[in-house]
Amino acid sequence: MNELRRTFLKLTGGAGALAAAFSAGLVAVDEARAANWNTAGFQSKSLADVMKNLGASGAEESKDIVITAPDIAENGAVVPIAVTSKLPNTQQISIVAEKNPFPLAATFDVSGGGEGYVSARIKMGQTSDVWAVVKAGGKYYTARKEVKITVGGCG
Amino acid sequence: MAEPMKIRATLQGDVADVRILMMHPMETGQRKDAKGQIVPLHFIQSVVVTHNGKTVLDTQWSQAVSRNPFLGLRIKGAKAGDKIGVTWTDNTGDKRTDEATVAAPS
Repeated sequence: MNELRRTFLKLTGGAGALAAAFSAGLVAVDEARAANWNTAGFQSKSLADVMKNLGASGAEESKDIVITAPDIAENGAVVPIAVTSKLPNTQQISIVAEKNPFPLAATFDVSGGGEGYVSARIKMGQTSDVWAVVKAGGKYYTARKEVKITVGGCG
Repeated sequence: MAEPMKIRATLQGDVADVRILMMHPMETGQRKDAKGQIVPLHFIQSVVVTHNGKTVLDTQWSQAVSRNPFLGLRIKGAKAGDKIGVTWTDNTGDKRTDEATVAAPS
């Protein structure tokens, strides 16, 4: 009995130390990530606040940004959105669903050599405009497209 | 540990068309389970895509990205056999890295 207990303690003790070391490493990474993450932008609850936190207030509309999204999406939990930017020096693309509880859905930084194209699937609570906010050559440009939602995908 | 990602990269001219499918619940923190308890927020916060070790796409995501997220991108100046690496990190600190090579056009 005692022998067993000792082995058990030894085992868990060792595992505990290992887990602690492991999580310490992970926490460091996590903090670095969190610092990079646009917390203010992702917690904004209105389109104007999102634009402000992206630093994109007063962005111009541009015809060189194309949003590919369905006119009517039956399932709001999976709305495929693709954004193509033909603007030179496209650095960053953000996708914003205007009437979501937290409108900013995603930001893609393509300044490392990717093309001005991203596609992803997002959730939408209700029919709303989807905005693409593109940073190109240090300036911000926008485009929008309305997507009708039959069944909301926020619940 | 999370399930592996599915990564397809095909060459079209000198541009690699990359499609990534990740396996993740992407909980919004608003959904309730069968017992009426709110399912806590659990989502991928960041995805980094590298091309031969160089970062080409750095994304920041919110919980509004769909479950089992899909990510499509194009990488300029790619050649067949180039390595595409994808790493995601979620809000609990969990992460996963997978790698694929660019396939020649068929």
